[in-house]
Amino acid sequence: MAAFAGLAERLQQTFQRLRGKGKLTEADVAEAMREVRVALLEADVNFKVVKDFVARVKERAVGQEVLASLTPGQQVIKIVHEELTNLMGGSNAKLKIGSKPPTVVMMVGLQGAGKTTTTGKLAGLLKKQGRRPLLVAADIYRPAAIRQLQIVGEKLGIPVFAMGDQHKPLDIVKGAMEHGRQHGNDYILIDTAGRLHINSEMMQELVDIKGFAQPQEVLLVVDAMTGQDAVNVAEQFHQSLGLDGVILTKLDGDTRGGAALSVRAVTGCPIKFVGTGEKLDALEPFYPDRMASRILGMGDVLTLIEKAQATIDADKAREMEKRLRQQQFSLEDFLQQLQQMKSIGPLEEILGMIPGMGKQLKSLQISEKELSRTEAIIQSMTPAERRHPEIINGSRKKRIAAGSGTKVQDVNKLLKQFEESKKLMRHLGNMAGVSKGSKGKKGLFGLPPLIK
Amino acid sequence: MAGLFARLKEGLAKTRENLMDKITELVTGHGEVDDDFFDQLEEILLQADIGVSTAVMLTDRVRRRARSEKIREALAVRKMLKEEITSILVGNQAPIVWADHGLTVMLIVGVNGAGKTTTLGKLAARFKGEGKRVMLAAGDTFRAAAIEQLETWGRRAGVPVIKHKEGADPAAVAYDAVQSALARGMDVLLIDTAGRLQTKVNLMEEIKKVHRVIQRELATAPHEVLLVLDATTGQNAISQAKLFTQAVGVTGIVLTKLDGTAKGGVIIGIKQELGLPVKLVGVGERIEDLRDFDATEFADVLFSD
Ligand SMILES: Nc1nc2c(ncn2[C@@H]2O[C@H](COP(=O)(O)OP(=O)(O)OP(=O)(O)O)[C@@H](O)[C@H]2O)c(=O)[nH]1
Ligand SMILES: [Mg+2]
Repeated sequence: MAAFAGLAERLQQTFQRLRGKGKLTEADVAEAMREVRVALLEADVNFKVVKDFVARVKERAVGQEVLASLTPGQQVIKIVHEELTNLMGGSNAKLKIGSKPPTVVMMVGLQGAGKTTTTGKLAGLLKKQGRRPLLVAADIYRPAAIRQLQIVGEKLGIPVFAMGDQHKPLDIVKGAMEHGRQHGNDYILIDTAGRLHINSEMMQELVDIKGFAQPQEVLLVVDAMTGQDAVNVAEQFHQSLGLDGVILTKLDGDTRGGAALSVRAVTGCPIKFVGTGEKLDALEPFYPDRMASRILGMGDVLTLIEKAQATIDADKAREMEKRLRQQQFSLEDFLQQLQQMKSIGPLEEILGMIPGMGKQLKSLQISEKELSRTEAIIQSMTPAERRHPEIINGSRKKRIAAGSGTKVQDVNKLLKQFEESKKLMRHLGNMAGVSKGSKGKKGLFGLPPLIK
Repeated sequence: MAGLFARLKEGLAKTRENLMDKITELVTGHGEVDDDFFDQLEEILLQADIGVSTAVMLTDRVRRRARSEKIREALAVRKMLKEEITSILVGNQAPIVWADHGLTVMLIVGVNGAGKTTTLGKLAARFKGEGKRVMLAAGDTFRAAAIEQLETWGRRAGVPVIKHKEGADPAAVAYDAVQSALARGMDVLLIDTAGRLQTKVNLMEEIKKVHRVIQRELATAPHEVLLVLDATTGQNAISQAKLFTQAVGVTGIVLTKLDGTAKGGVIIGIKQELGLPVKLVGVGERIEDLRDFDATEFADVLFSD
């Protein structure tokens, strides 16, 4: 039931009906927006945020000219993606720096969000940048939390200030500030205990720490798997403390991460980093466009659309499609196609950008190196061999291998790949073909990726 | 953009405050049900992390029932929805499974930070309180200070902890623990494991191995494989339930952090799709903050603020 197909696939069906119109009408957009809404909700974006977002995009999309190069479907997706990217803000993977050291960073969040690990990662990053961070163990509640931070500090070679669990967190922070000043630490990172946003006593503890330490950054650590409640959490923490930024953790899983949008929408704070693994260097800058694609569940379809449109020569493609239909696809065409693919970008990247395609094309995965080898092999063939590969016998293979500086196995492999690709092309050709009254799948966004 | 944020913020604050009012209004204000009423009902469900497909399914079901039973009164329709939810979850009230005789082994699994170790500590205290001989195994040999954390819980509950060094093979810990629990005539052995995202192939292989070792040492074990699920989690919980079940045959869910504002509605979809019962709920960080799952109570809370 939850196994919803990606938005891309669902929109594709919706948009079959929209093909070939000049302007996006209100009805077109409304229909598409229903799909967008479901996709966002399935990605755990808060329903209220979804509502506002959809209303806003609808407003922008209606009446828009459909670009000549795009189908109406692609056009709407482009708008949705752009708005989503804008909403999540520009990349901002920098920590503020105090006018005089030390700069204080305070990490806050719910239980189990990943604060301790992330505090360590951040300190590690600062150390790499030549800073002298000090870690502060202010979680006196969770068993062994202090010990955990100490071990993390040891692994990173970064000092940890701790006073055990018998002192108030505020007193620990006071001690740490003093210690930091004496030891010339330019960054002080405070790991606080996880707490519920509705626990006013515990929230007050943070307010007091903030009041004393005057941090330049109060960072909310949010688990990327968080659901609808992300808005309540972010809102409460923001109201009590005035957040400066957000770090999204556990993005290395398969969550769509809609919480990113929810949190951004209620706090207006930038998402500064994302955690992508348990290792202490698994901290990356936040890229709004990637996150938008992820939330929409559509790989990097847009990039593909743009790149493909810019590169593939429409006439040539049409000619090729015709030949394919007539089953005249030759090794020459194959070579041409490989060359076109090369000009779009690294193959892996292209395959990865097509939703659901990675698997289908696995047998065809060719590295850049292989690609040049393939070129060499085909170029060593006679025109007749290129058009009629079935005539290539053992002695011809030897000649071709010698001519291209490869082995006979390589020639065999290429011939096999060619056969497979022919099969796949046929399949794609059927998918992409002008609807022959079939219920079968249409092209990917009306963009059969390798032929057109 | 600032304008949008402000508007959203305002809206959200209102939403939260007014949820209760909204429902009351839904059931009283609207004397008669209309499309708007059902849309709003759906939103209440969505807000509880029930997920689009399940929310739509539930509202449709109630809409159809209301039509065929000619019920147009909002209050009655709301009751109907609660009944539907409770009926899905009722089979969900499954007790903890014990070995027919001798040692019962429970394996605790879940993603990072879900509340596994804490749940283990709470369970130890509960079983000890029931007069059972309890042993803990520190199967999280990966996370820094995970072993110390479990030892603290062992001390709090007053039960022994079997441990190896950080970085040791968790399967070896499980092996030792089963042997030792059998030798010392324990009633129940609770095995902690490192948090892992369900999509990490290597880590899932690791936990399969732990499971295999337990089974090899005691054919009927593990008697329970409890998946600890954070109630704050959204739709990813379904993937968690699926993949952990595939790997180690989850027998029940422990839903933690229900003392917050998250509702954990995703368990309805999990029940529907995988038939997995929720056995226990965590309602705080103290050793006594563990409850049996109660479907009716859960359905009530879904509709409260
Ligand atoms: N409020 C609340 N907090 C809880 C509950 N259960 C666990 N926690 C807290 O959640 C945090 C993480 O709990 P752990 O038991 O360490 O979680 P874990 O799954 O063992 O974590 P890892 O081993 O690091 O993957 C701790 O701060 C716990 O105190 C609960 O029911 N309610
Ligand atoms: Mg643990």
